[in-house]
Amino acid sequence: MPGRFSSMSQNTGLTLGQKVWSINWGMVFLIILIFSVGFAMLFSAGNGNVNPWASRQAVRFGGGLLLMLTVALIDIRLWFRYSYALYFIALFLLVAVEVMGTVGMGAQRWIDLKVIQLQPSEVMKVCLILALARYFNGVSVEDIGRPTYLLIPLTLIAAPSALVLKQPDLGTTVMLVMAAGAVFFCAGVRLWKFAIVGAAGLAAIPIGWQLLHEYQKARVMTFMNPETDPLGTGYHIMQAMIALGSGGMFGKGFLLGSQSHLNFLPEKQTDFIFTMLAEEFGMVGGLGLMGLYILLIIYGIAISLRARNQFGRLLAIGLTTNLFLYVFINIAMVMGLIPVVGVPLPLISYGGTAMLTVMVGLGLVISVYVHRDTFISRRGVTEEL
Amino acid sequence: MAQNHDDSSKSKTFSRRALFLAGGQALLFSTLAGRMYYLQIVKSDTYKTLAEDNRVNLRVLPPPRGRILDRFGVELAVNEQNYRLVLVREQTRDVEATLDSLGSVISLSEHDFKRVLREVKRKRAFVPVTVRDNLSWEEVSKISVNAADLPGASIEVGQTRSYPYGSAMAHTLGYVAAVSERDLTGDPLLELPGFRIGKNGMEKQHDLVLRGKQGNSHLEVNAYGRVIRELSRDEGEPGRDAVLTIDAGLQTFVQQRLMSEQSAAAVVMDIKNGDILSLSSVPSYDPSAFNRGLSTREWNGLIKDHLSPLTNKAIAGTFAPGSTFKMIVALAALKEGIGPQHSVFCPGSMRLGNAKFHCWKRGGHGWVDLNGGIKYSCDVYFYDVARRIGVDKIAAMANRFGLGQPVGVDLPGERSGVVPTKAWKLANIGEPWQGGETLIAAIGQGFVLSTPLQLATMTARLATGLKITPRLTRGFNDEAGGIAVPEPQFESMGIPAEHLRLVHNAMDAVTNNRRGTAYKARIEQEGWEMAGKTGTSQVRRITLAERAAGVFKNEDLPWRRRDHALFVGYAPVHNPRYACAVIVEHGGGGSSTAAPIVRDILTETQRRDPAGVPAFQFQAPAPGQET
Repeated sequence: MPGRFSSMSQNTGLTLGQKVWSINWGMVFLIILIFSVGFAMLFSAGNGNVNPWASRQAVRFGGGLLLMLTVALIDIRLWFRYSYALYFIALFLLVAVEVMGTVGMGAQRWIDLKVIQLQPSEVMKVCLILALARYFNGVSVEDIGRPTYLLIPLTLIAAPSALVLKQPDLGTTVMLVMAAGAVFFCAGVRLWKFAIVGAAGLAAIPIGWQLLHEYQKARVMTFMNPETDPLGTGYHIMQAMIALGSGGMFGKGFLLGSQSHLNFLPEKQTDFIFTMLAEEFGMVGGLGLMGLYILLIIYGIAISLRARNQFGRLLAIGLTTNLFLYVFINIAMVMGLIPVVGVPLPLISYGGTAMLTVMVGLGLVISVYVHRDTFISRRGVTEEL
Repeated sequence: MAQNHDDSSKSKTFSRRALFLAGGQALLFSTLAGRMYYLQIVKSDTYKTLAEDNRVNLRVLPPPRGRILDRFGVELAVNEQNYRLVLVREQTRDVEATLDSLGSVISLSEHDFKRVLREVKRKRAFVPVTVRDNLSWEEVSKISVNAADLPGASIEVGQTRSYPYGSAMAHTLGYVAAVSERDLTGDPLLELPGFRIGKNGMEKQHDLVLRGKQGNSHLEVNAYGRVIRELSRDEGEPGRDAVLTIDAGLQTFVQQRLMSEQSAAAVVMDIKNGDILSLSSVPSYDPSAFNRGLSTREWNGLIKDHLSPLTNKAIAGTFAPGSTFKMIVALAALKEGIGPQHSVFCPGSMRLGNAKFHCWKRGGHGWVDLNGGIKYSCDVYFYDVARRIGVDKIAAMANRFGLGQPVGVDLPGERSGVVPTKAWKLANIGEPWQGGETLIAAIGQGFVLSTPLQLATMTARLATGLKITPRLTRGFNDEAGGIAVPEPQFESMGIPAEHLRLVHNAMDAVTNNRRGTAYKARIEQEGWEMAGKTGTSQVRRITLAERAAGVFKNEDLPWRRRDHALFVGYAPVHNPRYACAVIVEHGGGGSSTAAPIVRDILTETQRRDPAGVPAFQFQAPAPGQET
């Protein structure tokens, strides 16, 4: 396979110009397009005004876009080298949030850095995938079959998951575990092991239920039967379903959603923004936005398939799965398919941290594409550089 | 190469599993699409309805209540503007400061102050809180002038029922009051806070017509209930005005005249059509007190008053008619063939078995025929004829004249009184009829009970020989702006004219014959003379000891044990138009107390001659002149 070697030697020292050229601009355009939909919805949520949400979100997106491109251009081997370091920094932040975090939305999630409010659990979503991608990059096909080799990555998952669950943030915990699971799966971990973990997980449900906070239990119960408590915890989900259902095929028209504009819809600028879109633009609008996300996810999966190094593959598939989980959990939650767990709709919902996490993640995916032919040996990058 | 081999193996596994993962994600996305289809297409109509229910709030608009007018269009019950001072929290920066400023403009009690602060905290920021009700015009202007210093304060206009004639018309009109649990019929109007319905009298009788039909306002509201805009409005139908047969001027006169007594009732009727021109009961009450809401003390005061001001004695007070009943006995006797020339010797009493029945005149009247029996009100004459014909014949005649059953006036609460028969006594008291009781009944005492309205109806029927039925309502305004009042047609009672003539002559003699019992109370004005009959009904039995001692002068007895004084009459005597019945509770003698009152009332009635003046017709409203 001479071509492969030649391309490898060609890519070990890419110039900045070559890198910029090889950025997947179609994907960047798609990201901007999705954000534009978000901007329009935040404009509508502000009753036809860029204040208070749309304008501030646009500024954040501008910053995020720069950050994303910067991340994309940084040599992937650098990310490889600092994977564990970043993971431990994120873990440290998670511990720190336990100690000094301020209480927001009934749970300890934020670190107030005065300039920005940092949500370490979001940072961890990216760092965990980085660390796992690096770990599995270094494990041979034979070793992956050995259960002992799974102890370290399982610990990598367990530590942040436990901390995030303790905050408590059920949604993020589920996302961490599932994105990590996708990395395990694609790294070649035997399927029967997933079966064991799945069975153990089911067995743990009764124990887990005991550990849940009252409000979490209430949300799950409400999810089971929202009509029983239409003025209490069921109110949000009922109103969201009314907004969505009343949108019909083509929606009520931009700025004309009665549920959203008369404040029946809760959190319309954040977690429930999809229902507002579906109310104003109907099923056509809802499926349209989902189509854009699917395209973005297809880009991610295609990039993972195209990468010539296991680190890049696992990183891209993990981050793409992470994006999928955001979209799926958010939409399923506002449509009453799963309990309300507080997961925003990426690039659309108002809020800084989640947007930055997603864009850094997408930057890394683009970086995998830019460095798709970079060779990373099983034992690491140092000897190759 | 081992590593390359390793990587290619990894890559294959990866590609397979990544595609598998992608397939899983596609599957999950398709469940989202399916859910979206279910919610937005299949269940769309349901959710559209729910969204509309959320958005649209139906507000019931109360229609203005119809007025009540007298026969000439004089307002008896109207709606008055009620100015309310309200405060909206979100329009003022400092509620307490605004209240302080308000306190310096109009009087505000400490109690009001605290109540407003409490309510303002409890209610949403945009909901107006009533600071004070029933503002005077002066207070309204003061607040308007100082509006700049009173942010958040504004004046709202409501309507409240008002009765210009106050207590003079209270028993006929009744009153409106807050809706109670029992009154709920499903009409949404009744569930409006502050809505009033008729609870008594005409207000109750015609409540549905006066109430009108609700209007509706469809409002767009947000999740917190704030009104965003009005989507549509339907004004409903205002209540219709009711026109009564009452003459407010005459009513005022009669009420005033009765005030000379502690407790009395009077009915004045037009005998041609049954129109009740005046219906009075003394003492009365203030009808607006019920609209405002009575305190427990006020209520107990009204309930426990032994003069029972809340009872409309004209229709719900039952009294022994006394000698006013004698015309009935006379007609029954005539019908049974006891002719006018039949004479009875009255020695002052009559013996039946072991009992002795006294005439009101101790010395007796000597030989008395029918005319004399009525003219002098000789009891012995009626004892004699009653003994001959029996109580059941008397009762049958009494029933024909409207006694013993409700006459059917359009006013709630009418009582039926009692006309005893043998069967009645057995059924209601459980004892057989005694012969002596026939004699007592013949002079309108004992079991016999009647209301003033029944006596007035009886008098109208006596005067005309027609089956006159009284009425209080002439009609209602209709959409065309007029009222149609059918002139009622009454059938003949079937009493021979000769019999009626005999009774008329005797009643004429009562007032216009020098020896008649009410000669002193005659109307002297030529052409206005009245005919009538006195009545004095005992409320106790005079004991033998009292009779022996001679202590049965009314003035010597405590009020509650004095006789009731009655008089029934009609005028003018030869071409009757008006009938009147008066009862003065514990008033003493019919000729001394009741007859002069009837004289005054019938004189005033003929002076005003309400039947001779064209009654009120609704005018189609002139342009620009809303009513």
